Amino acid sequence: MKFSIERGALLKAVSQAQSVVERRNTIPILANVLIEADGNTVQFRATDLDIEVVDKAPAMVEKAGATTVAAVTLHEIVRKLPDGALVTLSDDGVAGRLTVQAGRSNFNLATLPKEDFPVMASSEYASNFSVGASVLRRLFDKSKFAISTEETRYYLNGVYMHVADGDGGKVLRCVATDGHRLARIDAELPMGAEDMPGVIVPRKTVGEMRKLLDDDEMKIAVSVSETKVRFATPEITLTSKVIDGTFPDYTRVIPSGNTRKLEVDAKDFAAAVDRVATVSSERSRAVKLQLDEDRLILSVNAPDSGAAEEELAVAYADERLEIGFNAKYLLEIASQVDRENAVFLFNSAGDPTLMREGNDTSAVYVVMPMRV
Amino acid sequence: MPALCKDCLTPFETGTRCPACRSPRIVAHPELFALCIAHMDCDAFYASVEKRDNPELADKPVIIGGGHRGVVSTACYVARIRGVRSAMPMFQALKLCPDAVVIKPRMQVYVEVSRAIRSMMDELTPAIQPLSLDEAFLDLTGTQRLHGAPPAVMMARLVRRMQTELGITGSVGLSHNKFLAKVASDLNKPKGFSVIGQAETAAFLQDKPVRMIWGVGQATQAALDKVGIRTFADLLRWDRADLHARFGSMGERLWHLARGQDARRVSSREPVKSISNETTFSEDTGDADILDGHIWRLSQKVADRAKATATAGRVVTLKLKLSDHRSLTRRHSLHAATQLTDDIYRNARALFDQVPGAGPYRLIGVGLSGLHPESEAGLSGDLLDPGAATRGRAERATDEIRRKFGDKAILKGRALR
Repeated sequence: MKFSIERGALLKAVSQAQSVVERRNTIPILANVLIEADGNTVQFRATDLDIEVVDKAPAMVEKAGATTVAAVTLHEIVRKLPDGALVTLSDDGVAGRLTVQAGRSNFNLATLPKEDFPVMASSEYASNFSVGASVLRRLFDKSKFAISTEETRYYLNGVYMHVADGDGGKVLRCVATDGHRLARIDAELPMGAEDMPGVIVPRKTVGEMRKLLDDDEMKIAVSVSETKVRFATPEITLTSKVIDGTFPDYTRVIPSGNTRKLEVDAKDFAAAVDRVATVSSERSRAVKLQLDEDRLILSVNAPDSGAAEEELAVAYADERLEIGFNAKYLLEIASQVDRENAVFLFNSAGDPTLMREGNDTSAVYVVMPMRV
Repeated sequence: MPALCKDCLTPFETGTRCPACRSPRIVAHPELFALCIAHMDCDAFYASVEKRDNPELADKPVIIGGGHRGVVSTACYVARIRGVRSAMPMFQALKLCPDAVVIKPRMQVYVEVSRAIRSMMDELTPAIQPLSLDEAFLDLTGTQRLHGAPPAVMMARLVRRMQTELGITGSVGLSHNKFLAKVASDLNKPKGFSVIGQAETAAFLQDKPVRMIWGVGQATQAALDKVGIRTFADLLRWDRADLHARFGSMGERLWHLARGQDARRVSSREPVKSISNETTFSEDTGDADILDGHIWRLSQKVADRAKATATAGRVVTLKLKLSDHRSLTRRHSLHAATQLTDDIYRNARALFDQVPGAGPYRLIGVGLSGLHPESEAGLSGDLLDPGAATRGRAERATDEIRRKFGDKAILKGRALR
């Protein structure tokens, strides 16, 4: 195998591959990237056995072939090469070595046989559809903060992507929760997605997939089966197993009878929460919200370190209410609001609170209060 | 050389017998009246209590422990002569000593005797650190003026009083730190009184195995063996930095102990770091239903202790021991601290469900750590478990009933599995 490729194109392809590779690996081949050169493209393939990424890049292929080499090392080398360099990779010189040559730099890297590289079994997808990158980005960006890290509730360690009944008909919906907060984000149902099985997309896949979504104009080809999900651009194909579990019935968690309505500027609110929470060094800081007519007092009382209080002008017309929340959770949901005011709907100090952006019900957040 | 009669407590300077009562039971040591850190360890405590309460057992081998699958918790000295040791599996003990009288532990009685001993110790010094029901460290520094007698005399008086008033014998170790005091109390059991002075520390330790350090178990011993450390002399050849690099904080401690140094204070205020409970089965089992019942009962015991001490914990631990004695430990950090059986059980059960393989197991244990005051418990509910609050209230109500009508007055069905 021998081919030459522009450094920028190589870096992009290799960096996607190396981020999938697990840093701590007991199986040596899994630390490697499989490089396959044929025609006028080179393909880079990496896997952690749950996720597989295949990245294609144009190259001048002198001799077709394939080999595998340590992904992280290759990435580090390419990263340190000067911009615009032409890089030549070849495994024809020394047996069991890959030569990476650019300008006057020469590297010899150990390889492992391509036959040992595990390629994810291809599967039949029940549903194939195309969706804009910006739509997927919104669905996952606004929900991923609520993904649980609890291993005992592994079925919460991802985003539940499924077809649901929204206000105006069927929607493509993403839900994530860790039992303390929940995010439910809807988007218009793409053509061809009607029969999509609901799948739990693992946290790591969400992170890797996010790198495909930077270009607003890009259309992403999505394929879903009961066990796998695939996101593809013309260059990159990301295939991932989905979490084998049942996502809990989240609909009963979303309160529908909360009537006490607070409307507040989300940025001011987040900044105030952040400020008052400074006095407490505890991991789970509780912020107390005292609501009175058109007035909100935020306070933190940490017996060991101090107290803080801040008043905000808000729109609130219901009875007095005192309710506490974990400061971090409040900040996280408030920072999801980017266009309009944040609208909070409370019931009592012990019941889940709902938050949305203005009257937009396509993005709804629920947060559990804390005793203060 | 300063000496002391163990029988009449007369201090004297020369002779191999007490000048007052002619007893040969004396302790003589150059530093006898200068050392202040003591360790008192009752001799075969549980067995001694049983023999005291039933004089017929006096010359019979007595083993305290539960069930034929349990382990020996205490063996009397008659049984020890036959090779029975504590922590030995019961079947093995009975093989060595088939005529042994096996008695189930009567914890309440032992606790009472222990309390009586504790109140005698309280008269000596406020710096007492009990290690269990039957042993404790005492720091008698600065008490000589108060008692009008040096620590050695006071310790000898303590064990004599324990014997006359409670019918229990104990051994005393006296030294200049906790490590050596504990080592000393074990040197000459039963009814021993051993002294390790500053001057002889190095010579004393030199050929002793590092195994005798409290806290060096099989695992540490194996790691030490690997690098050829068996005795304190081996340990002395090691550089402080190398020991630290190899064994971490334990290495640091070993370096000091090798030199007979131990700066730990005798303190009763060691905060409780965890609450745990475990049970060894009479027969190995992999039956999920039976194990589930155990998880529930253990969780309840742990929760009861958390409630009794007004604490709550954030980390639930499950411990399993397989038939081949390999053990597995799984832990889970909770979002909020808890002291409820329900929470502990559910988390321990979830941990159990994730353990690959089906056993069989010989032991199961449940623990709670990361302890906080109970005011920090249950600060926040779980969106996905709206029934938790109701179950919590039901548990508090159950606790009330148990308080009023006894522990077994109300049980969950799964407690009977």
